[in-house]
Amino acid sequence: MFTYTIRRLMFAVPTLLVISFVIFALLDLAPNDPLGDLPLTIPPEVREQIRAAMGLDQPFLFRYLKWLQQFFVNEPLNILEQMTGWQFGDGNRMRVLSWATRSPVVDLIIQRMPQTLWVVGMAYVFGILLAIPVGVISAYRQYSIFDQVGTFVTMVGYSVPTFFTGVLLIVIFSSWLQWFPSIYDTNLVVRDWSSFIAQIRQMFLPVLVLALYNASQITRFVRASMLDNLSQDYVRTARSKGVKEKTVLLVHVLRNSLIPVVTVIALGVPTIFSGAIITEQIFRVNGLGQLLITAVQGADIPLVQTLTFIFAVLIVLFNLIADVLYGILDPRIRYD
Amino acid sequence: MKSLKILLAGTVAALALGGAAQAQRGTDGDLKILFWQAVSTLNPYLSGGTKEVYSSSMVIEPLARYDETGTLVPWLVSEIPTVANGGVASDMKSITWKIKPGVKWSDGSAFTADDVVFTWQYCTAPDGGCAQKAQYEGITKVEAVDPQTVKVSFAEPKYYPYGAFVGAQSPVIQKAQFKDCVGAKAPGCTAANFGPIGTGPFVVKEFKPNDVITFVANPNFRDAAKPAFASVTLKGGGDAASAARAVLETGEFDYGWNMQVEPEVLETMMKAGKGKLVTAFGTQVERINLNWTNPDPALGDKRSTVEGGKHPSLSDPAVRKALSMAIDRDIINEAGYGAAGKPTCNIVPAPDIYISTANDWCLKQDIAGANKLLDDAGWKKGGDGIRAKNGVKLSYLYQTSTNSVRQGTQALVKDWWQQIGVASELRNISASVFFGGDPASPDTFQKFYADVEMYTNNFDGTDPEKYLTEWLCNKIPAPANGWQGQNMPRYCNPDYDKIVAELSKTSDLKQRAELAKKANDMLTAEGAHIPLIHRGQISSTAVTLQGVRMNAWDSELWNVADWSRKK
Repeated sequence: MFTYTIRRLMFAVPTLLVISFVIFALLDLAPNDPLGDLPLTIPPEVREQIRAAMGLDQPFLFRYLKWLQQFFVNEPLNILEQMTGWQFGDGNRMRVLSWATRSPVVDLIIQRMPQTLWVVGMAYVFGILLAIPVGVISAYRQYSIFDQVGTFVTMVGYSVPTFFTGVLLIVIFSSWLQWFPSIYDTNLVVRDWSSFIAQIRQMFLPVLVLALYNASQITRFVRASMLDNLSQDYVRTARSKGVKEKTVLLVHVLRNSLIPVVTVIALGVPTIFSGAIITEQIFRVNGLGQLLITAVQGADIPLVQTLTFIFAVLIVLFNLIADVLYGILDPRIRYD
Repeated sequence: MKSLKILLAGTVAALALGGAAQAQRGTDGDLKILFWQAVSTLNPYLSGGTKEVYSSSMVIEPLARYDETGTLVPWLVSEIPTVANGGVASDMKSITWKIKPGVKWSDGSAFTADDVVFTWQYCTAPDGGCAQKAQYEGITKVEAVDPQTVKVSFAEPKYYPYGAFVGAQSPVIQKAQFKDCVGAKAPGCTAANFGPIGTGPFVVKEFKPNDVITFVANPNFRDAAKPAFASVTLKGGGDAASAARAVLETGEFDYGWNMQVEPEVLETMMKAGKGKLVTAFGTQVERINLNWTNPDPALGDKRSTVEGGKHPSLSDPAVRKALSMAIDRDIINEAGYGAAGKPTCNIVPAPDIYISTANDWCLKQDIAGANKLLDDAGWKKGGDGIRAKNGVKLSYLYQTSTNSVRQGTQALVKDWWQQIGVASELRNISASVFFGGDPASPDTFQKFYADVEMYTNNFDGTDPEKYLTEWLCNKIPAPANGWQGQNMPRYCNPDYDKIVAELSKTSDLKQRAELAKKANDMLTAEGAHIPLIHRGQISSTAVTLQGVRMNAWDSELWNVADWSRKK
C-alpha cells in the first residue's frame, strides 16, 4: 500500500505539470481581456501601457515559465519565511500578482478560505449527517411512504438549481419574514453570544441551500448501496443465525454499504474548496467560489490560473485518498 | 492596532471639535453601501474601473471637482483658476492652482504642492501602466511654486485646462506614502494601494479585495463637524437585482450603486417603502453604430477596413436614415431604462449648452416615411419581404454585448426594421470579449465584423472636445494601428475634421458650444450612428439617508461628507 501511494504521488507530478500548462494555454487562448471592464473613456494608447505593465506583451512561453517560478519557488519560499522567520536571499521575490487587485494571489486565497470552509464545508457536513440516516431508512423501508417522500425531496433537491432555491429562500425569509439577512457579513468576528447568533443567522440560508443539494446527492448513493447489500447472502446468513435486526442493519449492512459512499464523499471534498460559485454569489458570501467567478469574468489570468491549479492539486490528491481509503476499508482490495 | 488608534483619535477629535457646531462628526453610526461589482483596489490609478474610482473618492480627493450640475467647484483649492482671475495664463499654456490653507492628510501631515507634483510624476512614470494617464495628456511640467501653489504647464495652448487634478479620476495621492511605488514598482505596493492616505472624510480601516471595505471618519478632516457617519461599510458582490432588493426591499443597506435592473422590477421593490431611486444624467448615450466599411468575410484581412471598400448598402444615406426613422425610442426607454433614460438624437447629450435640437426628427417613429424613403431610393421588396437593389439585400448582422436590456432592445429594433423590409440577425457577445480589445479576437467592437453594433459611450467631465475627435478620419481602427482606433463607424469627412480642428483652437465657451453642436449634428444627420437613449446613472438610497446629491459628472459619493441619517 505504501509503495503504491508513493508511486501514485510521483506520477501526480507530471500530471499536474501538464494540467497547469493546459490551464495556462486555455486561459491565454480565451478571447476575454482584463481591460474589458474599464470605461471606454480610457484611450487605446493608455490601454496598451496597462497591458504592458501586466506583462501581457511578453511571449506566451515566457509568461508560463514565469508563473511556474513564481508559484513553485517564490510562493513556497515566502510562506516558509513567514512561518520560520528565516530570510532566503533578499526577500524581494516577485509573487503571483492578481491583475485586478494588484495584490498577491495567495493572500487573496487565504483571506477567502474561512467563509468558504464555514459555509460550504458546514453544508457538506450537514449534508452527510442528513443523508446517511435518510438513505438507510429509505432503503430498509423501500417503497414505504418515508421512502417515497424522501425520494421526492431528494429528486427536487438534486434537480432544482441552487440559484432558484437560494433566491426563493431570500424572498421568503429575508424579504417577507425578515428572519435572516440576505447578505453575508465577512467582517463579523465571533467573540460573544450575540455575534455567534448573528453568525448562525447569516450562515443559515446559504448552508440550507447547499446542504439540501449535497444531502440529495449522497442520499441516493447511500440508498442504492444499502439496497445492494440488503439482498446479499451474508445478510440472510446473519438473520438466520438469529442476529438482532438492529445489528444486521447497522453493523453488517451499513458498514459494507458505506465503503463506496466514503469514496464518493472523499471525492467531493475538493468541491468544498472550489466553493459553491452560485450560492456564494447569491448570498454574497464572497469566498473562493466568488473569487474564482469574478476573476474569470474580469480575465484576471494569474488568479484564475492559480486557483484552478490549486483545485487540480486537491482533486488529484483526494482521488488518491479515495483509492487508499477504499483499500483500507475493504480488505478484499489490495493494490500491491 | 494602528487603525484602533485612529479610531480612538477620531472619536476624541470629534468630541473635542464637534461640540460647538450644530452637527457632529461620527454621530450617525455606520453607513452601509452596496456595490454589486466588488471593489478590487483603492488606487484608481492602477485600475481605472468606475467602482474603484468611486470607492476611493471617499478617501483621496482632487483639487477641484464637478457638482451635480456639472459646475466646477473648488475642493482642496481656494478658487477655480480662470483667465479672469489670473489663474490661467492668457496664452492658455499654463494653469496655477492655489491650495486652501490648512488642508491635512489623514495622518496629520500637511497637504502641499509637492504631493500634487508627485501625483503627476506617479501617473506619468514609464512602465507604471497608469490607467488615468489621459488626464495628464499634453502636460509638460507640473511644479510647486511654493508649498501652497502648483503650476501646470502645457505643450500646446489648452482651451479647457481643467483635466489634471480635477474630478474623481485624478485625485491627489500622498508623496510620503507612494514615493517608493513609482513606475514598475507600483503594483507591488499592496499596502499603499489598498489603504491610500487621503484628505477625504473617511480613512480606510480594512480592505478585503473584491469583498468589503471598512472606513472610519477621518480625524483630521478639514470640516470639524463632518462626516456625520462614524464609519462606512462598503460591501461588494452579487448582481444588480439583489443589490436593489437589499436597499429597496429588505433595507439591509443604505445606498446601492448602479441599479441596472428592468424598471418594472424596481417598481415592485419600491412598494416596500424602504428606499428610493436617485438618478443623474451625464453624457452616456446608447447608440447603434453603422459600419461604413464592408464587413464581408470574403474580404479576409480587408474585412471592415477602409481598404476593403464601402459597405454595399449602408453607404446609401437613405438606408442609414430609414433605419433611424423606424425606431421608436420611447418604447425602448420604457422597456429597458425607465427613469434612467431619455430618448435622444444626439451623441453629445449634455451639458445643457451643448444640447442640439437639429435632429429631433428622430424622436418620432415614422415607419411609413422610412418605407417611402427606401422605395424612392430604389430598394424594392422581394418575395421574402426583404428589400434589395442590384442583388444587394438589406440584411444585417446586429451585434452587442450580453446584457438583458440590450437583448430586449435588439428584439424591438429587429421587429421595427422588419416592418421597413430590413432583415437582421441578432448576436450578443460577452462584455469582457466585446469591449476587451484583444486584437486576436474577431468579436471585439473595434473590429466590427458586423453591419451594426450597439453599446454605450460617454466622455469624462463636461467638455466634449476630446470625445468629438473620436470620429476623425485618422481614428479609424485598422490592422495598422492594432485595431485600437475609436472611430468605430469608420466615418470620414474632411468637413467634420475641420470643425473639430477649429474647436481645439477656440477658447470662447459659447463658440465652443456652437462648434460642438455642429459636429454633433453632422454625425447624426449623416448617419455615422443612430443615437437611441441618453442614459442616466441610477442608484438607490434608503429613505433614512439624507444629503445624497446624485452626480453624474464626478463620483456618486462626491459629497459623502454631507450625508447623514434622518432622525
